[in-house]
Amino acid sequence: MGALLTDAFVSSLIAGMIAAGTPLLLAGLGEQISEKAGVLNIGIEGMMLVGAYVGFVAAYYAGSVWLGLIAGGLAGAALSLIMIVLCVRLGLNQIVIGIAMTLGVEGMTAMAHHVQFSRSYPRLPAVEVWALPGLADIPVIGPALFARHPMVYLAFLLVAFMAWLYRRTHVGLNLQAAGDRPAALDVAGVGVVATRSWAVLSTGFLAGLGGAYMCVVVAGLFVPFMTGGAGFIGIVLAMLSRGKPYWVLIGAMLFGISLSMTTAIQVAGIQLPTEIVQMLPFVMVIVVLVAFARHSYLPAALGRPYVRGER
Amino acid sequence: MNDGARMNGDPVATDGDKPVVLSLRGITKRFPRVIANRDIDLDVHAGDIHVLLGENGAGKSTLIAILSGVYQPDAGSIAVAGREVRIQAPRDALALGIGTVYQHLALVPTLTVIENLMLGAPWYRLPDVTGTGTRLAELAGLLGIEVDGDAPVGGLSLGQQQQIEIIKALWHGERILILDEPTSMLTPQGVRELGKMIRRLRDAGVAVILITHKLGEACEFGERISVLKLGRLVGEIGPAELAAMSREEATRRIVHLMFGARDDAPRAAAIVADAAPGAPVLEVEGIAAAGAAGEPALADITFALRPGEVFGIAGVDGNGQKRLAEAIAGQRPIDAGDIRLDGRSIAALSIAKRQAMGLRYVTDDRLGEGTVAELSIAVNLLLKRIGEPPYWRRGIAHAATIERDAAEKVAAFDVRAPGIHTRVGTLSGGNVQKALLARELSQEPRVVIYNKPTHGLDLANATALHERIREQAEAGVAAIVISNELDELLGLCGRIGVMYRGRLRGIVENGAWAEARVGALMIGVAA
Amino acid sequence: MSVETAGGAPAAAAPASRLGGLARQTALALLPLALALAAAGLILLLFGRDPLTFYANVLKRGLFSWAGLQETLIRMAPLLLLAASLIVAFRAGIWNLGIDGQFLLAAVMVAAAGPRLVTIMPIGLALAILLVLGGLVGAAWSLIPALLRAYYGVNEIITTLMMTFIGTSLGAVLVKTVFNDPSTTVPQTQVLPMIDRLPRLFGTRIHAGLIIGLVAIVLVHLVMTRTAFGLKAQIIGFNPRAARHAGLDVPRLTVAVFAFSAGLAGLAGATEILGVFGVVQNEWNPAYGMLVIPLVFVVRFHGIASIGIVAFFAMLSIGGESASRKANLPNYFLLVVVALLLIFMALTEYLSARRRQRLETWGEG
Repeated sequence: MGALLTDAFVSSLIAGMIAAGTPLLLAGLGEQISEKAGVLNIGIEGMMLVGAYVGFVAAYYAGSVWLGLIAGGLAGAALSLIMIVLCVRLGLNQIVIGIAMTLGVEGMTAMAHHVQFSRSYPRLPAVEVWALPGLADIPVIGPALFARHPMVYLAFLLVAFMAWLYRRTHVGLNLQAAGDRPAALDVAGVGVVATRSWAVLSTGFLAGLGGAYMCVVVAGLFVPFMTGGAGFIGIVLAMLSRGKPYWVLIGAMLFGISLSMTTAIQVAGIQLPTEIVQMLPFVMVIVVLVAFARHSYLPAALGRPYVRGER
Repeated sequence: MNDGARMNGDPVATDGDKPVVLSLRGITKRFPRVIANRDIDLDVHAGDIHVLLGENGAGKSTLIAILSGVYQPDAGSIAVAGREVRIQAPRDALALGIGTVYQHLALVPTLTVIENLMLGAPWYRLPDVTGTGTRLAELAGLLGIEVDGDAPVGGLSLGQQQQIEIIKALWHGERILILDEPTSMLTPQGVRELGKMIRRLRDAGVAVILITHKLGEACEFGERISVLKLGRLVGEIGPAELAAMSREEATRRIVHLMFGARDDAPRAAAIVADAAPGAPVLEVEGIAAAGAAGEPALADITFALRPGEVFGIAGVDGNGQKRLAEAIAGQRPIDAGDIRLDGRSIAALSIAKRQAMGLRYVTDDRLGEGTVAELSIAVNLLLKRIGEPPYWRRGIAHAATIERDAAEKVAAFDVRAPGIHTRVGTLSGGNVQKALLARELSQEPRVVIYNKPTHGLDLANATALHERIREQAEAGVAAIVISNELDELLGLCGRIGVMYRGRLRGIVENGAWAEARVGALMIGVAA
Repeated sequence: MSVETAGGAPAAAAPASRLGGLARQTALALLPLALALAAAGLILLLFGRDPLTFYANVLKRGLFSWAGLQETLIRMAPLLLLAASLIVAFRAGIWNLGIDGQFLLAAVMVAAAGPRLVTIMPIGLALAILLVLGGLVGAAWSLIPALLRAYYGVNEIITTLMMTFIGTSLGAVLVKTVFNDPSTTVPQTQVLPMIDRLPRLFGTRIHAGLIIGLVAIVLVHLVMTRTAFGLKAQIIGFNPRAARHAGLDVPRLTVAVFAFSAGLAGLAGATEILGVFGVVQNEWNPAYGMLVIPLVFVVRFHGIASIGIVAFFAMLSIGGESASRKANLPNYFLLVVVALLLIFMALTEYLSARRRQRLETWGEG
């Protein structure tokens, strides 16, 4: 076991944790906003994927990582408009539309990528990191944790921001009311549909951002279906975190570690089929759900469209 | 408690003293197939307790919805303090100082009192916790109550939540307070406290509009009573008139307004004569059952029913009555004790078996649990017997038998519908209730449990149902009637048991002092 | 969670509405399909391809060529079984999104056991046992999500999706390690010889799996519409509280419905192996499941009607492969069509429900 925990292994593990966990963090925080407001956003996988593709295209043609990230976020937000119009405003079944969005984006991005890039298969240049002075010099974990692309730091700061938003602002109160008792919000004169629309739009942006990060910063190239379930993990994180952003952070990092095990194990020279390690995060989800079945927190009005006057 | 004199106890000001604060002219509202409000003219005065009285379906809720901005009238005008206004959303109503407290409380249970009160402020401002706290203290003082601002609303009692709702309604301006059926969830004691609060508000100049379908309440609280019937305002009794009448006279006048030429007061029929002596048909012995979110566990419940007896169960909602009904009917398992039907223990039997043996349960939640709206009448009539012969043979449905059975029941209980295959969700409330009755009361019932059977029914249907219960009792069918309307129980039942915190607090024989004794038991005073 | 929220009302067709309504219901089912194909055609234009040529190629291969037509019918077999699986689950308000995992694991188990079983017993018996094995593996793979939902109310959308991810990985691992045929360079199970597979029909290449599929869908339709079990499942789907009021054992029924649904998905995997492939190669995952979801929604979970749309879809699938190749596009076109189909179906359902709401309620008693 001692031979396993070499510096290279640990460093690689932590680096991978951040790389894999940050998109999950963004997706989880995003989904948490929707779920708090009472919308079960199954389409988040599609929002991440469209963010990945658009982010890639933007970064490739504009030559800028940040532009790619922002473009990815905007793409995710644009896609979320479908969910806003069809589900939040018209009241169509959120699950059916979510599945449709995910399948549609999978097909479209795969086709678009083939049409545009199948001959060239371009890669993006490696991204610049932003080393935090002092912290980045800590042996072994320093570079892995503190010499990353600034998006990572922003994501971590976002956790604290969301925690503040939920408890100490009117936006947070409105979201909570929209999810737990929309009638109360309506009676108070705040539009439930508007609140939920903004929530879903934010989810789309964060999910798109997460997908763009995955593609532009971590992978450097786009592969069809590359999000591979990250959006669904985001849903799980949101469901298990009981409305608290810090739990999303912990969960995202735990998932990040198990996902990064694949490469880290190879670095350590252990022969194990990659699929076993790939399974681990999902097995973990099941284990956690079984263990904490009674404690998953979902707002009372989740999944139900709001109609004024209906009691 | 009730005598000939007026109840409010203070001298009455003449109409001229109180300015008109709200004026409705020609308000009309139409829905598909029904005109909910028809050309209504109404004046509400400041510092008045104005009762809007009418039975279910008279149009009270629609009128309130119009005043609070949920609906817009199809015709007519509204004027507040002399100025004509348009109330297009709840926000507008609040801005005009019109606050509404609905029957179904609209508070977010996972937020604290202060957080609930802060809802509605512009999203870009930081929450004004201090300012909110100050205003809260101000209004609590006005009402004469104490409120803990940091308590999560979910942990408060229904009465306390209602108080928060009243504070919320008065928040932006204490001009007009509308209370929609406020006493349905309260104990007699709670009703008295509410009355005190309303009078304090009146003294402070607030116009209080009280919506109710209960005559007694109207006479007790009201200084001015407007009677609604089938969408129209059919009459009004002003403060001067009301002061001059005795309680009986007021009642008769109102009944005349509500029901036209008919002279029978709603409480005319005789109480069912005492049941036949002999072996009990239903015995409930020491049963206990687990509680659920917000509801206490059942413990140590014992009583027995004789054939033909009508037994009432009174109590404030949420004290375990529904749970008791479910336990006896078989929908909930019991943890201890026994239930016997005709001497045979049925505690381990399924609902279908209990149905077959004659034990029936008519739930209050007709569309939420009593029927499946998307399925046909025919299937719903057999909802508790799915898979049982002769309707199903070896698991396969026998359409002919099912249809024949359904046609018979529909005819016998006068369920108005295009056919037995009509989806139950398209039926009117009255017909859904009839379908429920058809299911539970056909094929030789022995004991029928009714949970709030007349809830939401208009008077014609409610009276018909009471008649049916009496007829069945005379034919030897025992009934348990669960209700939170004492009048109904006092008019129907020979004995009334009272549920409090999951226990049967006592059983009261109907008679002279029954109302007071039941009321005391409802708030936990020992029998 | 009930499927009967504003988007996808399941088929509770009462005879009164069957008469004039049949034409209307068919139109309602065909309209989203037509719209989806039209919109997909526009997307083809966007990619610089001619939609008319594309669709013509689809028909040429999928319907009008004998070889292609056989492929279409062969493709129908697993789709019919998956449609049956989804109908069982959706009618009970259960989102069994784990069918792809149940399908794949069953296929792997059957592919592994097959070559051995046929050497120790007569083929007919072996095939029968293998089919049952597929069903059992599928049902077993649904047990965890079923129990979590039945007894703890845990949302099965997430749990079944997780089980699919796990199942796909597990299947790949098994193929690479335990079930790997050492005599081949590429990781795969031992090949089941052609003569040991499901019998062919009437001298064509179509295997008996199609019959199994047709029988299954008809059986499922009859069970769900005419038996007590089917009615109980529907009640749970429409109104779980009413189900409790009626005395139904909701947890047990939930597990039973799950097992039935997942078993059919497993059976689909088994027939694909025993009828078509005879082997599971590394990373094989046709992922038919998700594609079948909108199909059953469009026909409102009506078993017999789903045969028609499955047939059309199989043709689109086979023809689409060829048309995509000719248009120099990757074969993901189907995903786009399916997504559009779902959206248009939800929209037409919504508009039709809005119109129905204007019908007044019946009778003032």
